[in-house]
Amino acid sequence: MSDATIAEPSDVEEIPPGYDDGQDHAGLPHHTSTGLSNTKLAMWLFLGSECLLFGGLISTYMLYRNRQSDQIGPDQLWDIPFTSATSFVLLMSSLTMVMSVSAAKRKDEQRTKMWLTVTALLGGLFIAGQVYEFTTFYREGLGYTTSLFSSSFYTLTGFHGVHVAVGIIMLLSLVAMLAKGKLAGDNAETVEMIGLYWHFVDIVWILIFTLVYLIPA
Amino acid sequence: MSSETDTTDTDTTDTTDTDHDFGISADQLADETPPAYPPSQPIHEGGHGHKEPSDGQYIWIAIILAVLTALEILSTEAGPDGPWLVPILIVLMLVKFWVVASFFMHLRFDNRLFSFLFYLGLGFAVVLYSAVLATFHFWTG
Repeated sequence: MSDATIAEPSDVEEIPPGYDDGQDHAGLPHHTSTGLSNTKLAMWLFLGSECLLFGGLISTYMLYRNRQSDQIGPDQLWDIPFTSATSFVLLMSSLTMVMSVSAAKRKDEQRTKMWLTVTALLGGLFIAGQVYEFTTFYREGLGYTTSLFSSSFYTLTGFHGVHVAVGIIMLLSLVAMLAKGKLAGDNAETVEMIGLYWHFVDIVWILIFTLVYLIPA
Repeated sequence: MSSETDTTDTDTTDTTDTDHDFGISADQLADETPPAYPPSQPIHEGGHGHKEPSDGQYIWIAIILAVLTALEILSTEAGPDGPWLVPILIVLMLVKFWVVASFFMHLRFDNRLFSFLFYLGLGFAVVLYSAVLATFHFWTG
């Protein structure tokens, strides 16, 4: 026993390539049992669950859209040309987002940052339009608790607005992290994940725009 | 160890066959190595066998979406004010939804599992809330 010695690092058997050494291979591609990215799988699961959230909010609005008080209803309030313009802005932000994903896959960091910034700006423009719209409606007498119609309308569009705001924060954070070189792992995949979230927000607005604004009550 | 190995692999740093016999040949080991992600040719290309659109094609897709939106607005403002209006708007909405999901979100080019997860959630939502709306007699007015 007294002869027992602690093995020197050079004495430790070197694990041949291909075997799991239980270490984190920083900077190397990771393996998954499905061959698919776990991050991407999780994002799609999250987006699938978001369908249920917005499905509930849209259904509630559809149910209560005719439960309005006095003369304040959709037909008196909606400004279709204005809302169409903000919808167009959000639709075009999906184009700039996909351009940033494309640039990230080409490892063109300058264009990636530029398109991400443009996407965030377009998202900000959409939010500004929504704030203006809400303010106008409120001044015309449509408060949050005015009627079931107003509550369901503000909840639905407000939830969507919060999603857009969260998206803008993620986009700007991504730009800052890219600029400082603090982004770990695969940059293109990170940009793609935020892109998926952004496109989902756009898809939800496609539904809201038609079901809430265009289809007559 | 064969004499051929001795003569060719004189570098002592290569210890895979000499010092460690794990009972697995190098060829077997290569076969069992799981696929790497993200691979150089990513899964985007593998899913349905289509190539991702170029930047120019993305612009064309955006133009199509803009035209569909314009058609929606035109239908509401100056289109048929009758029983056809709502079906037209719903169809245009669904087409826009599909275009964004398929091309901008790459579902058309990605692995089918992603489409399954997303459309499963969407299907659940549609069934669940259709049942809720039916409970509240939404369809019968």
